[in-house]
Amino acid sequence: MINWRTALLPPALAIVFAMLLSSVALLISGANPLDAFATMGAQLFHGNTAVSTVNLAIVYYLAGLAAAIGFQMNVFNIGVEGQYRFAAVVAAIVGGWMQLPPVLHVVAILVVAVASGALYALLPALLKVYRGVSEVITTIMLNSIVFGIVAFLINPEQFGVLHGNNLSTEEIAPSGRIPGIPLGEAGTLFGFVVIAAALGYGYWFMLNRTRFGFELKASGESKTAAAAGGVSARKMTLAAMLISGGVAGLVAMPELLGRDYVYAMTATQGYGFTGLAVALLGRNHPAGIAFGALLWAFLDRSAVSLESIGIPSEIATIMQGTIVLSVVVAYEIVRRADLAAEQRRVGRAGNGRPASVAEGGAV
Amino acid sequence: MEKPDPTATTSARRLPGWARGALWAVVAIGVLSTASYLTDMPILTSSDTSQTALRLGLPILLAAIGGLWAERAGVMNIGLEGMMILGTWGSAWGAYYGGVWVGLAAGILFGLLGGLLHAVAVVTFNVNHIVSGVAINLLGLGVAKYLANLVFEPISGNPRESPPVEKFDTYSATFLSDWLGALEDEQRVVLSDVAGLLRGLVTHVSPLAMIALLLVPASYFVLWRTRFGLRLRSCGESPVAAESLGVNVYLHKYIAVAASGGFAGMGGASLVLLEGGADYLENQVNGRGYIGLAAMIFGNYRPSGLLGGAALFGYADGLQLSGGGAAVLALCYGAVLLLAVIVVLQLVRRHWWAAAGGVAGAAVLYWIYWTNDELPSDLIPYTPHFVTIIVLAVAAQRLRVPKAIGQQYRRGEDT
Repeated sequence: MINWRTALLPPALAIVFAMLLSSVALLISGANPLDAFATMGAQLFHGNTAVSTVNLAIVYYLAGLAAAIGFQMNVFNIGVEGQYRFAAVVAAIVGGWMQLPPVLHVVAILVVAVASGALYALLPALLKVYRGVSEVITTIMLNSIVFGIVAFLINPEQFGVLHGNNLSTEEIAPSGRIPGIPLGEAGTLFGFVVIAAALGYGYWFMLNRTRFGFELKASGESKTAAAAGGVSARKMTLAAMLISGGVAGLVAMPELLGRDYVYAMTATQGYGFTGLAVALLGRNHPAGIAFGALLWAFLDRSAVSLESIGIPSEIATIMQGTIVLSVVVAYEIVRRADLAAEQRRVGRAGNGRPASVAEGGAV
Repeated sequence: MEKPDPTATTSARRLPGWARGALWAVVAIGVLSTASYLTDMPILTSSDTSQTALRLGLPILLAAIGGLWAERAGVMNIGLEGMMILGTWGSAWGAYYGGVWVGLAAGILFGLLGGLLHAVAVVTFNVNHIVSGVAINLLGLGVAKYLANLVFEPISGNPRESPPVEKFDTYSATFLSDWLGALEDEQRVVLSDVAGLLRGLVTHVSPLAMIALLLVPASYFVLWRTRFGLRLRSCGESPVAAESLGVNVYLHKYIAVAASGGFAGMGGASLVLLEGGADYLENQVNGRGYIGLAAMIFGNYRPSGLLGGAALFGYADGLQLSGGGAAVLALCYGAVLLLAVIVVLQLVRRHWWAAAGGVAGAAVLYWIYWTNDELPSDLIPYTPHFVTIIVLAVAAQRLRVPKAIGQQYRRGEDT
């Protein structure tokens, strides 16, 4: 059973703490924090901000899922960033080159994206499993290298096309696009939202209802215990890393197939790092990740509105960093408080006599 | 984990550490001079290259020293990157108002604050080390951008850049430098190569570079030759055992992580305050904190090793910057030569699989060298990153990692 207090209190505390801290920063810079927060809230109701926030949240949700799969196995796939950009550029090139009937075209692009995301995660996975190289370092290096690879592939000498001043891949034909869900005045929601929701359910189902998910979690909790139960930690690490990379491959797809149709040099970066933060905020739970993604997208979008009233938009970045750090600290504090309360409860139940081992007393 | 190998009777094993380091340095110079002679690329060993390498290697060296202090106390420090970013802002700010030394101090102070934050999260609140590190990288970037917007924008008119700041003066050992320069120009085999590499290291050297290089033996002395260092390292090996002997584990971890942040901040300062470096510039750190961590891991968590790692990455970076694609290809050639030496060593030790792997790697590298005249210019700037991955893949299994690294520790709890 979910303990609502331990699940919901920490994020709430963290958000309050982040607001307090950014208020201090705002006061130092001579701005009125209340004004700033009011502007951030009010911008949701202007034009299409609400829908574009949700659209951004879809992207963050996918990145969060990718990171969460790694976290379940105690693998820190910091490489979501590199994997999604590599997958995006490869999928955009292949998608622009392919000529297929409508649905098939989309499916083919998605398959290419998943495969190339997993491929980019393969090297760190293999190095981790067979050479003991920390995946943190290798994936970070690959994150940097992906800049070079994208620039190289989008170069007109390879697969790029020059549109005005901007280099990008070939445009994907209409058969390879995912239609959006029109919401009238408010804008158009990415059709990918359906796939994202399905992935979230699939992730939950895999972890909680399949043997593989159980083995993954067990192995993440304790490698030795899982090994005693016949679960190979190597295999699980490899699997977690590859699945994580595969999901990461989808991160750029909502925008690629729903809005941009090309992958350009100027495409937004940093979704992968956001994914890590979002997964932490949501404690690797699919619903929690959705909440984290929405919060993050809201903060990102509101940064723009802050500029308009003359407040540096970086305050949103500071809030995001503070939230991540304070949410993990808050979870720890609540955990300790729960533990202490549990011990007191057990102590009281003993009516003066020492608690027995079964009740949590000392041996 | 490497098993003790009874057949390991080669001399390299029994040599003391400094002698092995010297041996590797000789091998490296030999390989480089042979490669530069055979590929006709004098830039491989020119004084320009080694001078650029020293400048580019410094931030990495300092970050690596920072990593050493934290990891030896059992704390993983992915947050080095964020602490370096804080250091770049701090040093530009300090240098603008108070000159270089104030800038250096401010850079160290800002990095130290980042380190303290990491210590609070990791030591006091038992937050997962990598999670906290990632958060600090986010925060460091956000805070630096915010402060730059607030403080630098009114002065420089650009929120991404600081106004020009004072740089460190540089000093040259004039006689030595001239003599080595003359020797380099004579273009004699080996001799000129050594002269070129050395000349870069004694020409236009800043006090910061000297301090950073001195920090390597200083760190060794403090961590391995003092009581405080022994206690600090014991926190990284077994905090519970350390606690049972009366060591204040929290205090030592706090000091170690704060010092780590200070060194990282100094690394950030070295990006700003050195001649030829930019002033504060957004994204100028660009992953150097991570590369520093990789250099430290490559150096097997030892001061002398991390010096080698930083030199390697600095050299790769300096070479691609001053020589471009052709020079990197020549470096590939040099790597083939180095692999040949390693393969011979492995054959002598009867490590057949390692030798086969070495031959395969050499074949691939030689193929790259043979079939390409010019490497794609988009990928050249990432030479140090490629080198990092390759080197870690080759070296990682011999590592002796501090035992309790990344583990959560609470006083009085036995884990």
